[in-house]
Amino acid sequence: MKKFVSGLTGVALSLATTLAIAGPAASGVVEKQPLNIHAIVMFFIFVLGTLAITWWAASKTQSTSDFYTAGGGITGFQNGLAIAGDYMSAATLLGLSSLVFSKGYDGFIYTVGFFVGWPIITFLMAERLRNLGRFTFADIASYRLDQTKIRTFAAFGSLTVVCFYLIVQMVGAGQLIQLLFGLDYPIAVVVVGVLMLVYVIFGGMIATTWVQIIKAVLLLVGGTTLAALAMSEFGFSYETLAQQAVETHKDGFKMMGPGPMLADPINAASMSLGLVFGIAGLPHIMMRFFTVPNAKEARKSVFYATGFIGFFFLVVCTIGFAAIVMIGKDPQYFVGGELGGKLIGGGNMVAMHMAKAVGGNLFLGFLSAVAFATILAVVAGLALAGASAVSHDLYATVIKKGKANEKDELKVSRIATIVLGLIAVVLGILFEKMNVAFLVGLTFGVAASTNFPILLLSMYWKPLTTRGALAGGFVGLISAVSFVVLSKSVWVTVLGNEAEIFPYEHPALFSMPLAFLVTMVVSLLDNSHQATEERARFDDQFVRAQTGVGAAAASNH
Amino acid sequence: MSKDLYQRMRDNPRFNELVTKRSRLAWGLAILTLVIYYTYMMLVAFNPKVLHATLSEGGMLTVGVPVGAFIIFITWAMTGYYVWRANTEFDSLNEEIVKEAKK
Repeated sequence: MKKFVSGLTGVALSLATTLAIAGPAASGVVEKQPLNIHAIVMFFIFVLGTLAITWWAASKTQSTSDFYTAGGGITGFQNGLAIAGDYMSAATLLGLSSLVFSKGYDGFIYTVGFFVGWPIITFLMAERLRNLGRFTFADIASYRLDQTKIRTFAAFGSLTVVCFYLIVQMVGAGQLIQLLFGLDYPIAVVVVGVLMLVYVIFGGMIATTWVQIIKAVLLLVGGTTLAALAMSEFGFSYETLAQQAVETHKDGFKMMGPGPMLADPINAASMSLGLVFGIAGLPHIMMRFFTVPNAKEARKSVFYATGFIGFFFLVVCTIGFAAIVMIGKDPQYFVGGELGGKLIGGGNMVAMHMAKAVGGNLFLGFLSAVAFATILAVVAGLALAGASAVSHDLYATVIKKGKANEKDELKVSRIATIVLGLIAVVLGILFEKMNVAFLVGLTFGVAASTNFPILLLSMYWKPLTTRGALAGGFVGLISAVSFVVLSKSVWVTVLGNEAEIFPYEHPALFSMPLAFLVTMVVSLLDNSHQATEERARFDDQFVRAQTGVGAAAASNH
Repeated sequence: MSKDLYQRMRDNPRFNELVTKRSRLAWGLAILTLVIYYTYMMLVAFNPKVLHATLSEGGMLTVGVPVGAFIIFITWAMTGYYVWRANTEFDSLNEEIVKEAKK
């Protein structure tokens, strides 16, 4: 039972990343496929289009504000698509559809869990992020606290998350591309790295956002077309589909209701919540809220994003559901033609097989190109978030005490992007054969237990002080890392010990409350002069958070 | 932005009105979202039969399918309601407070 839960956890974790592919890869199932010409041609068209956009964006990227946040000139609707794009990864399409394909209704329960965080972000975070922040989430965390200490800590928190996540994305990208396009792993990683550098260095946030928007539209159109074509086989009737799915699925009618997830429902539910708070602590997601002109547009953008994500999730579940019949009955998708055996290309290829089943090689090529584009877009956003932590937080604010000139700051951010790109490519290649599942737990654990508590408390809780934030932040960081090290994916799989000490893959459920607790207790015990001043500054911050007066304005183009 | 301006806004009783109204709505909806979701999860854990019942006699589609879709839809609709209230009512109240403070 435990094995099943951790298996589900693994799948669930990978959904939030493009790592879905790493599951089978880790166990050595991934094999280089024959060169997929359709996919390569379509990907080439996508790259040419996005390079044209980058060229256009480069002419508009002159100030730091343009570079970090597209000058705050993205509309709510565009930003909604970009946020949705960040969340609708290749893994969502591949992982969720595969989960529904194999587990039936349990896959759907998971999907709902991945969605509910978005309404919460709308209600509690979106507008405050926009009103208080300018370029990075450290702007908000250090608003009324010690600029140097908190900003340095927040910048390193961001960089840690960005680096871990970049490795995960790079390894996932290499494996996905090798599978879909038939390219060699190192070539795939270098292609992703180089394209990402071009987008970010020349086009900054403007190009990064547009790449994300285009990809989101392609993914929505591709997914919807796939689901519609699939449903046409069943006369667009879910009842007909259900009848046939029950006949085909090995669990029969059982898979139409809640199943083995019963084993540990609290774990599953709190894990999805932990994931959500991790997302609210991911620097590249938070950065999206600074690209719109004001709080009004920030609110609109989460509304659109939530709608797109919800719709896409339902589409993906439909695809997985239809695959039970269309793939499950067709021996050509199974290794050795053995129905119910191993799927060709590994367990996560359900959506890709469906593309072939309803639209032939051309549609498969299209969907593969979209999956590649997805990884590129996410990687570009990550690199940008990491670069801004270096140049805006560390260089301009901490080292230069806010007196850096824009030209130098831009230069530093571009150098930082190149360094991050190189690190990503090198680590991506080094980690090829490693099981990187633990990095996902680490990324979300650190984001949820280090970045998120400081961010939330700085916005909502007056008694917070610098000491409290630092103490809680370090406890969150250390506990998240130790729980991951003691969990099965590192303690047993990597270090080769007998049994894991920490039973879950995801540390946030435990490390996050611990971080909150320590932050709050230390803050309350802090009676220093500095603490009094920091609390006094909350009132003005509160007015700004509520009204947006004093918030960074959009630059004019 | 001057401290005086923030002070004047804070002293405006309408600022309190804005804060109370917005907080009540935002926290109310956030809690409602969690209640809806965890009610569903409790059903999954402790009374899965409810979700496993078929929608029609002899059919195979179960109650759980529309229920799950409904949760996604209703919480999204709630964000729509919040954004609408915030972008109309709260923002105009907000504008008045800022205008009065800048006088």
